[in-house]
Amino acid sequence: MKDLIFEIKSNKLIAKNTYEMVLLGDCTDIKCGQFVNIKLDGFYLRRPISVCNVEGDELTIIYKVVGKGTEAMAKMDKGVKLLTLTGLGNGYDTSKSGDKPLLVGGGAGVPPMYKLCRDLVLEGKTPSVILGFNSKDEVFYEDEFKALGAKVIVATADGSYGIKGFVTDGFDLVDYTYFYTCGPEPMLKAVYNASKTSGQFSFEERMGCGFGACMGCSCKTKYGNKRICKDGPVLVKEEIIW
Amino acid sequence: MVSLKTELCGIELDNPLIPASGTFGFGYEFAEIYDINVLGSFSFKGTTKDPRFGNPTPRIAECEMGLINSVGLQNPGVENVIKNEIPKLQKCFHKPVMANVSGFSVEDYVYTVKELDKIDQIGWFEVNVSCPNVHGGGMSFGTSPEAAAEVTRAVKAVTKKPVIVKLSPNVTDIVAIAKACEEAGADGISLINTLLGMKIDLKRKKPVIHNKMGGFSGPAIKPVAIRMVYQVYEAVNIPIVGGGGISCAEDVIEMMLAGASCVQIGAANLVDPMACPKIIEDLPRVMEKYGITNLKDIIGGAH
Repeated sequence: MKDLIFEIKSNKLIAKNTYEMVLLGDCTDIKCGQFVNIKLDGFYLRRPISVCNVEGDELTIIYKVVGKGTEAMAKMDKGVKLLTLTGLGNGYDTSKSGDKPLLVGGGAGVPPMYKLCRDLVLEGKTPSVILGFNSKDEVFYEDEFKALGAKVIVATADGSYGIKGFVTDGFDLVDYTYFYTCGPEPMLKAVYNASKTSGQFSFEERMGCGFGACMGCSCKTKYGNKRICKDGPVLVKEEIIW
Repeated sequence: MVSLKTELCGIELDNPLIPASGTFGFGYEFAEIYDINVLGSFSFKGTTKDPRFGNPTPRIAECEMGLINSVGLQNPGVENVIKNEIPKLQKCFHKPVMANVSGFSVEDYVYTVKELDKIDQIGWFEVNVSCPNVHGGGMSFGTSPEAAAEVTRAVKAVTKKPVIVKLSPNVTDIVAIAKACEEAGADGISLINTLLGMKIDLKRKKPVIHNKMGGFSGPAIKPVAIRMVYQVYEAVNIPIVGGGGISCAEDVIEMMLAGASCVQIGAANLVDPMACPKIIEDLPRVMEKYGITNLKDIIGGAH
């Protein structure tokens, strides 16, 4: 964990209610699948947001406007400084991926797949990506994933873009050695049931501190109680209890 | 030169800051970002006889100027605390530590205190009487002077270390409970624990917290805490550990003026893990501003 100040470089709408914010600051020791916890003026608790990408001193996060906090973030301009805790959570373990990992992201669960995909490509692996959204106006980052060289399948629930249906409807279209996923819990459960290999799941829970002190976000696993913020957010398939 | 030193039940503290139980784990998460030996002490995670997962999630709800938690005393149980957590604590903290204990029967408290009493580094016991008494119809020990006194007496009988009773503010007469604990042999009083609160999610039209209610803490509760510490200070002759919404050096001074010998920092640690070292660093400046040389001299100064 690091206690740092980041400065907003850009903050733009990239899909319906979805913003991409690029922050400038010390990005050392930030791993894929981790999150940052951002203090906003006027709000008591910090906002935990997953890491989408890190390049040099640029940290990219993507957030969906869901409440007053993210509404306030959407209005922030370039140059605003944000108190940020970085290096939170365990992150994804890329060493387990095999040659052909499958990355499955749904909605606000898509962003952490990006840095993961980049890291896997850098390790010489050939990832496939399935991205799920409700409808066409919510789709983002399809081209960015393609630019990394990944095979990309987009699924929309209403069929307005890509294949009609859920992320799991794309499973038969790819050959994979292992998988990584992040998204709403019903989607994670569907992925759990549809997947044929082992894999890693990134979970979400209401957090107090984000660094393991308050025990607010605990869950039970086959390997004992875990704090989503500290021992997670990534859990392996074998330990999950639905 | 100003002095931040204070004292609690015969043990000298370098400064009055004690991170509150439940907001500081066993210290080692915070030791990742600062040397926690700068603290006066800290009160470790509430420990019970048996391991507890606590309540179902969601168990955190953000509010204006604070948060509601319904963690429900998650802890690995006293045996695992001694085996796994205390050794990790001892690697990063070298001062007397406060052991926060909870129970659901008088026997539970006694068992846990007896086990922890073997640990030399424990300087004080902080007995949390806000838990429901399973033999008393689920009523919290802390809501009745008799039950709070019974726990105090039972714990005092099995340890020579100072016993500080942490009181719940969710009562009609905090003074009566504090006095009952003092008469039962308590060496100090700690207050306040969280205030019972609720938040309702407008989208789902249901309480945010799974268990509907939880403990509200944060800056919003500070005036209640100051008032209760002030009242208890008038009524008892044992030292008071004051806490509730303390977030800055000015708050620490206000709490000590109300009557606290040392001050707990709770919710602030969750928002800013550096809250305590920042307050310790800022205290000399604020003391000078208000003409205070020895922090110890201002305890109860508002009376």
